[in-house]
Amino acid sequence: MTASTLLEPRILVCGEDALVVEFGNGIDPVTNDHVYALAAAVEVSKNTAIIELIPTYRSLLVQYDLELSSVADMTAFLNDLIASYMLSTDDHDNTPRQIYELPVAYGGENGEDLDDVADHAGITTDEVIAIHSGTDYRVYMLGFAPGFPYLGGMDERIATPRIASPRVRVPAGSVGIAEKQTGVYPMASPGGWRLIGNTPVSLFDPNAHPPVPFLPGSFIRFVPVSSADTKRIANQVAEGTYRVHMMEQAE
Amino acid sequence: MTVEALRIISPGPLSTIQDLGRPGYQRFGVSVSGAADRYALRLGNLLVGNDQRGAAIEVTIGGAEFEFTSGAIFAITGADLTPTLNGTPVALWETLSADVGDRLSLMSPARPDSGLRAYVNVSGGFDTPVVLGSRSTHIGARLGGIDGRAPEIDDVIPIGPVTNPVFPGRRVPLELLPQYGGDILVRVIPGPQDDLFDSDATATFYNSTYTVSDKSDRMGCRLEGAEVPAIDGAHDIVSDGVLSGAIQIPGNALPIILLADRQTTGGYPKIGVIASVDLALVAQASPGATVRFERISAEDASALARGRMETLRNISFDEPTSGTVHSEELPREYDIRVDGSEYHVEIITGMDEGQTSAIVNGIKYLVHIHPGE
Repeated sequence: MTASTLLEPRILVCGEDALVVEFGNGIDPVTNDHVYALAAAVEVSKNTAIIELIPTYRSLLVQYDLELSSVADMTAFLNDLIASYMLSTDDHDNTPRQIYELPVAYGGENGEDLDDVADHAGITTDEVIAIHSGTDYRVYMLGFAPGFPYLGGMDERIATPRIASPRVRVPAGSVGIAEKQTGVYPMASPGGWRLIGNTPVSLFDPNAHPPVPFLPGSFIRFVPVSSADTKRIANQVAEGTYRVHMMEQAE
Repeated sequence: MTVEALRIISPGPLSTIQDLGRPGYQRFGVSVSGAADRYALRLGNLLVGNDQRGAAIEVTIGGAEFEFTSGAIFAITGADLTPTLNGTPVALWETLSADVGDRLSLMSPARPDSGLRAYVNVSGGFDTPVVLGSRSTHIGARLGGIDGRAPEIDDVIPIGPVTNPVFPGRRVPLELLPQYGGDILVRVIPGPQDDLFDSDATATFYNSTYTVSDKSDRMGCRLEGAEVPAIDGAHDIVSDGVLSGAIQIPGNALPIILLADRQTTGGYPKIGVIASVDLALVAQASPGATVRFERISAEDASALARGRMETLRNISFDEPTSGTVHSEELPREYDIRVDGSEYHVEIITGMDEGQTSAIVNGIKYLVHIHPGE
C-alpha cells in the first residue's frame, strides 16, 4: 500500500501563485492521510497569505496571495511544515478515524437497481445491503460537483457495471454503484450509476458552514433505515434540525 | 416610483451575473467561477466607482438588450459587441449615463477579433443574492446569479446602493486598454506535470500555432493543432487540483486552457499554467483565433501580476468637470476630484424642499437635487 507514497514529497510549481505538494501518484490510504495531515498543519499555521487549499487523493494544492508571499517563501514555509509535521506512519495510526453515519433507505423506489445488483452478484438484496453498509468508506476527496465525495473501499463482491442507458434525472441523495465505486449524488443530475438507495441528508448546502456534512479525509458509514425513518429525517433536514452523527474510532 | 434595476429584454446566447468568483470552497468541490475576463470586470467596476469585486453582467458574443428601469451610471468593458444606447453607438471603457427607459444593446462583435465577452457594470453593482461569498453564476452547480441560473427575458436585476457616486465621462487611460486579438501570444509557467512530456512534445507545444475550437466555453478554451503526446501515453493521472489558466493535455493530446467555470480537480496532466496577466486574452479569443505559447518563470509572472494589481489600485481617471450623479441614497460625505483638485463634500438635507445644501471644502452651497432623472 505504501509503494506509491513518497517519503520526500515533491513540491511542484502550479502557476504564478500556487504550489502542489505531491505525496505520490496512486490511490491509497497512506498517501491520502499525508495529504490531510499537511492540510491540517497548513490550517493550524494560520498563514494569512494562503487563500485556497485543494486536497486530492495524493496531493495538496496551496494557492496564495502573491502580494503576501512568493514561490520561494511559500516553498520554504511548506518544507518547514512538512519537516515538522509530517507524521511517521506509526504516529499516524494513533489518529482516530472520524466516521459520519449517513442514513440510507435501500431498495424499492429509493433504489430501483438493488435487485439488479443482487442478481449480478448472485446474492440476495439483504446481503447486498449488509455488504454495502458493513464497510466504512474513506472520503478521499470532494470534487467533480459541489459536495460529491470520491469514496474508497467498496467490497468488490457488489461491483456492478453502469446501466446501459443513463437516466435523464437521478434524484439528489441517490446512493449508487458504478463498477468498483460507490457514491452519492449531491444534487439531481443525469447519471448511469446503479441506484441502490437514497439518503435524505443533504450533501451540499450553500447556506451551511461548512457547506458539506462531512469533511474530506474522514469516513462515511451507510446505515440502513426504514422508509418511515427516512421521511422523518427528511423533515428534520428541511427544518435545519438534523445533524449527521459522527463518531471517532481508533484505527 | 423608479426601481433601481435593469430589465432583460433579450439575454442573447449567454449572459450571466459574474463578480470575481467564490474562492475558498474548492476543497468542497465548488468551482470558483466569476468573470472569464477579470481585468475587464475590475476596470468596469472602477469606472463606475464600485469596488473592483462588484457584480456585472457578462454578455457572450452579443444578442443582448437591456432596459434601465431607473437612471444609472454604467460602463461597458471587455469585448466590443457594438454597444448602443437607444440605437446610438456608445463608447467602451468609459463611464456613461442612462435615463429611465433607456435601452442598451450589445448585439454582435464589431470585428471577428474584437473579443467574446463584454461586461455591463453599473454604479452600485448588481445586487443579486450572495451565495458562498459571491454573486457569480455557475449554471452547472446552480449557484449564484438568479436562483442559480442565467437571466431570462423580463427578469429585473436589482442594482445596489451607490456608495461612491461618479460622473459620466471617465475614461480608462489608453495605455491600460487590453489588446484583444485574433492572433495571441500568451506566457506559460511550466508545470506541475511538465515532466510527463518529453523534449519533442514540449518543443511542439511551444513552437506550434493553435486554433481556438468552437467547442470552447466558460469551463475551458479548447485548442486544435499539433498533438502534444505525454510520455507512454500517460494522459490519465490520479486527480489533482486545478486552477484558472491551467493547460490540460487529455487523451487526444490537444490542449485545453481551463477558464472560470472549471471543475476543482482534474485527471489530465497539466503542461503549464498561463500567466494571469495574459489569461484575459484567452478568455476573449473567439473560435478561429490563433494561440501561441511562450515560457515565463513563476517569479516573473508573479511580478507582472503584482504590477497590474498596483496599477489598478492606483488608477486615476481623467475626471469630467461636471455631471449628474444618480443616487437614491447619497452618502453624507465623500471626496471627489474635479480638474485635478480634491474636494471634500458633505450633504446636509433640510426639512423643506430647497433646503438641501452641500459643504464643499468648508464652504456651504445650496444644491439642487434632480428628482429621478
